[in-house]
Amino acid sequence: MKKYYIKTIGLIIIASFMVVGTGICGSGYDYIDITHPFLRKIPIAIPVFKEIYPGDDTKRLSRTASDLLSETLEFTGYFKILDRDAFLVDMQTVTSLANVNFYNWTSIGAELLVTGGGLIQNNQVELELRLYDTFKEKLLVGKRYKGLIKDQRKIVRRFCSEIIFFLTGDKGFFNSEIAFVSKNSGNKEIYVCEFDGYNHRQITHTKSITLSPAWSSDGKWLAYTSYAKGKPDLYLKHLRQKRGAVISKKGINITPAWVPNKFELAATLSFSGDPEIYLLTGTGKVIKRLTKKRGIDLSPTWSQDAKHMGFVSKRSGTPQIYIKDISSGAVKRLTFQGRYNTQPNWSPKGDKVAYAGMGNGRNDIFVIGIDGQGLIQLTHDQGDNEAPSWSPDGSLIVFSSTREGLSRIYVMTAYGTDQRRLLALEGEQTEPDWSPRIVNN
Amino acid sequence: MRKKLLINLAMVLVIPGFLFTVSCAKKTIKDDTSLVQQAEDEAAAKAAAEKAKQEEMARQQAIEEQRLQEETESTASARNLFLNENIFFEFDSAVLLAEAQAILKKKAEWLINNSDITATIEGHCDERGTNEYNLALGDRRAASAKTFLMDLGIAGSRLNGISFGEERPVDPGHNEEAWAKNRRGHFAIN
Repeated sequence: MKKYYIKTIGLIIIASFMVVGTGICGSGYDYIDITHPFLRKIPIAIPVFKEIYPGDDTKRLSRTASDLLSETLEFTGYFKILDRDAFLVDMQTVTSLANVNFYNWTSIGAELLVTGGGLIQNNQVELELRLYDTFKEKLLVGKRYKGLIKDQRKIVRRFCSEIIFFLTGDKGFFNSEIAFVSKNSGNKEIYVCEFDGYNHRQITHTKSITLSPAWSSDGKWLAYTSYAKGKPDLYLKHLRQKRGAVISKKGINITPAWVPNKFELAATLSFSGDPEIYLLTGTGKVIKRLTKKRGIDLSPTWSQDAKHMGFVSKRSGTPQIYIKDISSGAVKRLTFQGRYNTQPNWSPKGDKVAYAGMGNGRNDIFVIGIDGQGLIQLTHDQGDNEAPSWSPDGSLIVFSSTREGLSRIYVMTAYGTDQRRLLALEGEQTEPDWSPRIVNN
Repeated sequence: MRKKLLINLAMVLVIPGFLFTVSCAKKTIKDDTSLVQQAEDEAAAKAAAEKAKQEEMARQQAIEEQRLQEETESTASARNLFLNENIFFEFDSAVLLAEAQAILKKKAEWLINNSDITATIEGHCDERGTNEYNLALGDRRAASAKTFLMDLGIAGSRLNGISFGEERPVDPGHNEEAWAKNRRGHFAIN
C-alpha cells in the first residue's frame, strides 16, 4: 500500500494554469456533443513537443510523448489527428510555448491544438502540456508535470484525462484496464492489459480452462470461472494481496458480476439441479437466491445503482435478456427481437444494455435502451462478435470478434464506429471485461 | 460350445480305452513267438495314443484360452461401448432424442451389471452461442442424462454431471457436421 502511495507522490503536477477568466472551466462541454459524440470528429493538431533541454534523452522524450498523446487521444474516437507533414510550424523553432500564432493552425483546419515542451534531467522527466482552442485563440488546459522517466505514459495519460474532462465533463477511461481470456499459453487463462492494449500480463496460471473475468467496482478484485479442480468453480482473487475465495458447489459455478460499491457479487450456481442466479458475499457465502424460474438463468449484470439486475433466462423458450427490480422483485423481459440474446452488460451511465444477439449461427453486438427502445446493431457481417463490455465512461465498448480468423479483442465507440483490434497475442482471446477507473494506478 | 467340449473330452477318454481292449483281446490268440513283436506293437500304440492325448489336451487348452479371451473381449467391448458411444442433442436443447434414450438404456444395463462403477456424464455444446450460456446448457444436458439413468434405477450417487460448455469440441470444424458431433453427452468412468 505504502509503495503505491509514494509512487503517486513521485508524479506531481507542479503547475496548473489557465487563461484569465477561469469561468471557461465547466463550459467546455459544448466541444463534444454528448448525445452524438462521434458524429463529427474534432480536428486536432499535436506537433512533436519542444525540446527544452539538449540531449538525446530529451529528443526521444519529445517524440515518444507527443506520439503517445496522439495515439491516446485518437483512441477515444472523438478526434481527427491531423497529419504533421501539413504543419506550418516546427515547435523546435518556437521561442516560447506561450506564444502561439493561431493562424498557422486554423489555416490547416485544426480546431484544437496541443503543444508541449519536455526535458529529461537527472533521470527526471518534466513535461509542460497545453490545450488550445485555435479559433477562440484560447488556452483551455495547461499543466506542468514532473516525474520519473518510467512515468512518461502516466503523465501523458493524465493530461489526456484532463483534456477529455474539459471537453466532455467526464474523466474518461485512462486509468482503466481490460481483463480477458487468452489461450496464449495453450490453456485458457485470465490476462489483464491497459485500456489501449498496452502492457498485457498473465493473471492466472491454472493450466486448465479459465473463463469469464469480472472486475469488482473498486478494481481490486477479479472473479472468474476455472476448471483448476476439474469442474467449473468460481474464484474470487484480490489482485495485489494474497486473498481470495473459491465457490465450488456441485454443478456449475459461473458468470460472476460484482455488485457496484459492495463486497458482494451475483453468480450462477446449479447445485439445486438448475442454473439459477444467487447473491454471494465476497467471501463466497450465499446470501440469497435471485432467480426462481425453472430453466436456465445466468449472466447477471448490475445497474450502477445496484437497484436493477439484467440477466439471461430461457423461461420463454429461447435465451432472452430480462431485468429484475431488486427491491420489488418484479422481472420484465427486455429483448424481443431474435431467438438468442445473451451476455448483457449494463452501461455505466445506466440507460442502456449491450448484448450479443445471434442470427444465422453468428453473434453480433447490439445496444438497447433499458426501456426496450432504441435497439441498434453495432457489428455487421464481420465474423462472430461476442462479450461486449462498456468502458467506465460509457464512450467505448470492448468485445471479441473472429473477423480476422481467430477470436481477438476489439474496441469500438458506443455507436459502433471506429472498430479496431486492441491487441493480438498467440492463440485466441475472448471474453473481455473493462474495469472501472482504477485509483492509484 | 460347452457341449462340443464334453464330446471331445469323452473321445479323449474312450478312444484309448478301445485301443487297449483290442490289444488285450489280441494277446490271447497270438502265440508266444510273436510276443516281442506284440510288445513292440503295444509300445507303438501306447506312444501314439499318448501323443494323440497330448495333442488333444493342447487343442482343448487352446479352445479354453480362446473362450476366456472372447469373454474378456466382450466385457471390454461393453465397457468401451459405454465409454465411446455418445448421445447427441439438438441445437440449444437438453431434450433427450429417441436415439439418445436407446443408448442411455444400454448404458443403464451396463451400469446395473457393473455395480461397482461410478461414472461422469460430460455435457458438451457446439461453438455457436456464447461461452457462458453454453456452460449452463452443458450442465442441463448432463442433468437430463443423469435424471434418465436415475429413472432406470441407477443411484444418483454413482453419476456425476459436469459441463464443459463449448470448451472441448471433438470436431474443430465450423459446419453443421462438426456442430452435430460436438452437441453431445459423453461418459467417463471414475
